[in-house]
Amino acid sequence: MLAYLVAVWLLLAGLYGVITSRHLVHLVLCLGVMQTSTYVLLLAIGWRAGGAAPIFADIPRNTPIVDPVVQALTLTDVVVEATVVAVLLALTVQAHKRFGTCDPDALGALRG
Amino acid sequence: MSERARLVLGLGSLAALGALLVWAVGGLPAFGHPRGPYADLAPRIMLDERHVANAVTGITFDLRGFDTLGEELILFVAALGAAVLLRALRTEGAIEEAAADEERRGPGTAEALRALGAVLVGPTLLLGIYVVVHGALTPGGGFQGGVLLAGVLLLVYAAGQVAAVERVRPVSLVEVTDALGAAAYTLVALAGLVFGVAVMDNVLPFGTTGSLLSGGTVPVLSVAVGVEVTAGVTLILSEFVDQMLLRSRRGD
Amino acid sequence: MSVAPLAVLVPVLAATLLAATSPFVTRRRLAGIVAVLAVLASAALCAAALVEAHGDTLVMWFGGWEPRSGVAVGIDFAVDPIGAAMALFVAVLGVAALVMCIEVIQVEDNLFDAIALVFIAAMVGYCLTGDLFNLFVFFELMSVCAYVLVGYEIRKRAPLEGSLTFAITNSIGSILLLCGIALLYGRTGALNLAQMGRALAEGPADGLVVVSYALVAGGLLVKAAAVPFHFWTADAYAVAPTPVGLLLGGAFSELGLFGLARVQWTVFHEVLAPHEAELRAILVGLGVLTAIVGAVMCAAQHHLKRMLAFATISHVGLFLVGIGLLDADGLAGAAVWIVGDGLVKAALFASVGLLNDRFATVEEAELHGRGREIGGIGVLFCVGALAVASLPPFGPFLGKTLVEDAALTAGYAWVPAVMVVVSALTGGALLRVAVRVFLGRGVPAPEDPHSEPAEVDRDSEGEGEVSLATVPALLWAPAVALVVAALAWGLVPGVAAAAGRAAERFVDVQAYAGLVLDGRPLPAVSSTLRAPGLTGWLYAAASVAGAVLVALAALAGVRERAPRAGLRALETLRGLHSGRPGDYAAFTAAGVAVLGGLLALAVG
Repeated sequence: MLAYLVAVWLLLAGLYGVITSRHLVHLVLCLGVMQTSTYVLLLAIGWRAGGAAPIFADIPRNTPIVDPVVQALTLTDVVVEATVVAVLLALTVQAHKRFGTCDPDALGALRG
Repeated sequence: MSERARLVLGLGSLAALGALLVWAVGGLPAFGHPRGPYADLAPRIMLDERHVANAVTGITFDLRGFDTLGEELILFVAALGAAVLLRALRTEGAIEEAAADEERRGPGTAEALRALGAVLVGPTLLLGIYVVVHGALTPGGGFQGGVLLAGVLLLVYAAGQVAAVERVRPVSLVEVTDALGAAAYTLVALAGLVFGVAVMDNVLPFGTTGSLLSGGTVPVLSVAVGVEVTAGVTLILSEFVDQMLLRSRRGD
Repeated sequence: MSVAPLAVLVPVLAATLLAATSPFVTRRRLAGIVAVLAVLASAALCAAALVEAHGDTLVMWFGGWEPRSGVAVGIDFAVDPIGAAMALFVAVLGVAALVMCIEVIQVEDNLFDAIALVFIAAMVGYCLTGDLFNLFVFFELMSVCAYVLVGYEIRKRAPLEGSLTFAITNSIGSILLLCGIALLYGRTGALNLAQMGRALAEGPADGLVVVSYALVAGGLLVKAAAVPFHFWTADAYAVAPTPVGLLLGGAFSELGLFGLARVQWTVFHEVLAPHEAELRAILVGLGVLTAIVGAVMCAAQHHLKRMLAFATISHVGLFLVGIGLLDADGLAGAAVWIVGDGLVKAALFASVGLLNDRFATVEEAELHGRGREIGGIGVLFCVGALAVASLPPFGPFLGKTLVEDAALTAGYAWVPAVMVVVSALTGGALLRVAVRVFLGRGVPAPEDPHSEPAEVDRDSEGEGEVSLATVPALLWAPAVALVVAALAWGLVPGVAAAAGRAAERFVDVQAYAGLVLDGRPLPAVSSTLRAPGLTGWLYAAASVAGAVLVALAALAGVRERAPRAGLRALETLRGLHSGRPGDYAAFTAAGVAVLGGLLALAVG
């Protein structure tokens, strides 16, 4: 249960950071924190008490293992989120070059 | 919206969201006892029918291989996108000049860092290739190994070999490799249609568990993804390194 | 052997080949033509899948991984008529967009076409999949392609900002969606939609079910641009290059709703069945709120692309009402309306893009009267505006009457009146623009204090800024073709009946699960949907008349005579759309919290 609560806390903390951020790089990294909450949640769901890693190279065929499906999902998730962070950081670099500022509240040309 | 209003709205929503989420995770199965037929069936199928020792890689590249195609395409598009977005305000030749300046000035990093960087390049390359190729047997696979290999670029940069970084870059080569990796994955998926029952069908011989060529198309796809991820992440990293070079040249 | 996966793989392969040859092949037109051919092939394959489905659902398991005793182990494409029709619709819009790209996008590399092809392929895959995590992967792929394509003209200020707020808000949405998926996996141990529905139905509708619904719906509604998740939409759609705007306004947001409908029915319908009336009230209420806010903001805009964006938001609200009625007839109406409205909306985006190409501006005040030289486009624009106000016999008219009938049957008698008002506002705003720009009549638009500062950056690499003596055919032909398609959609006999049968298929989740998991063949379906009757025609006449009235009032300068309190309220509403990611994130969190709270009250 604690693991699940950690995931919830990470999500909330990250979202708070995104809402109140004053620097775009900080904002992107807070998005990253929110992403890690999904990893923790997925992996915690897949944990089996007393289970071994899902690699059958040197363990007998019938040992109980943790859920490998969530690990595959987390792998996909990590790649997906990392690439989004890359695109966002590229936009941040350009924003800094164009506007000279990294303050998200300075993005105000599109209003109304 | 004023700062205060935003803070009030944000904190209120987060409190409510937190309460809802805690209520929700209370309904999950007890920690340590995952339910579900899928979790039990999947590794069993991978081991018995496909002779893949690493259940996670087997699931990633065979059972749920179509998801991996989508994920690989996300990396492909993001790499191209980062390149497009970062190149827009750059003039031709500025990078080469900045690199030459940096070379002339001499690296500003510490001796120890440069030595460590130089020493680690070789083993990292080897480790990366090992992880990619042995995806079906040990923890690893195309994605993990690809990122390791892309990290070699950063090691080279840390070692102060800026010119070498530029030589790694003929960016067109990296872009082409990225695209070819993605194309290779798609072609293997289509091969499943042509030679087998359905798209993504595993049509190569399965081999024996524990040997390098086991799992049919799983190691092939792992290598394709490894190539694609290496090229994609290298492209992203090199674009960002270029930005750093330009900034240091401007003296920021 | 189903051809459906090829509809995704062919454009992807073409995209990788275009990207691989990009440094060597510099003939822009060649790459554009290859891209158009790839999308045409994809559209043909979608049409083939639709025909192959024959009104039934076809299931195809990737890798040949059939279910083992009712447990799905692989990923499937469950091609039902509505999904195949949506995929075909997206591919058709893609053809129009890529044809325009040949002329509009004038960068030297082929990467734009490659990314646009992957964008279209992702949307097609999203419509066809039967697995929730696969849906998420395609959802993310669509989003990343969109972030890059929207920000493509990065030299200007506005695309940079639009792309940033777009990416940040949609990322929050997708993270919430993934949390919902994780919770559902924890409860059901499955990722296949049909299997999840079955497993959920075995248990109670407790906190986990309610909150995962709120998270999943929240994530999908961010993309669908429902209030209060909609703030990013105008910022992004307004700055995107025209072909991208065409795809965004016509298909992107509507696919968010399609995903909601799909997940709602296959996963949650059975477990939430005892609370259907409350759920209906929540969804219809959300739809009406979105429609009204969108319509009001639309009428207040003077930037043409932002106006179209708010019109899209407003109509998404109306589609949400159709889907939220939670029955087959409402769903059929919404599906017909989405396609018809999407075609018209795309044509309007294309026309605005033409104006941008010609006059280098999309501000109503600056364009006043200048459109007289290209009167043909003006006719197109007027027709489009009236079609948006559900002028018979266009596609939107058919869809709107079907949804109105469904609402009346479900006991929501006040909904058609709201729909009339909303269509009148959005259609009227567009009509007013048409008269001002193409005829030069009426009180000129005021200078908009909210509009972005004029960009004097004339050497951009994006849309060509050359004023041409004549408008190139590659630009107006897709717009005309789209309007003709919208007309055909409304005129072709049997659309209503086919949509009705397709919707009956869609909502019959027991049969769907039986087919996907057990291989049981589907029973026959029939539908009682009729062509629009007298009430439909009356409501449509009211909307069109209302649109004309709204346009005339605006042209006569009603804004100066409006009551001050109303104008202040409007200013406050406009002020909320601040362009700041922090505000948008706060609203997204608030929206999900409120949605979850309402659902908890409804169920608990």
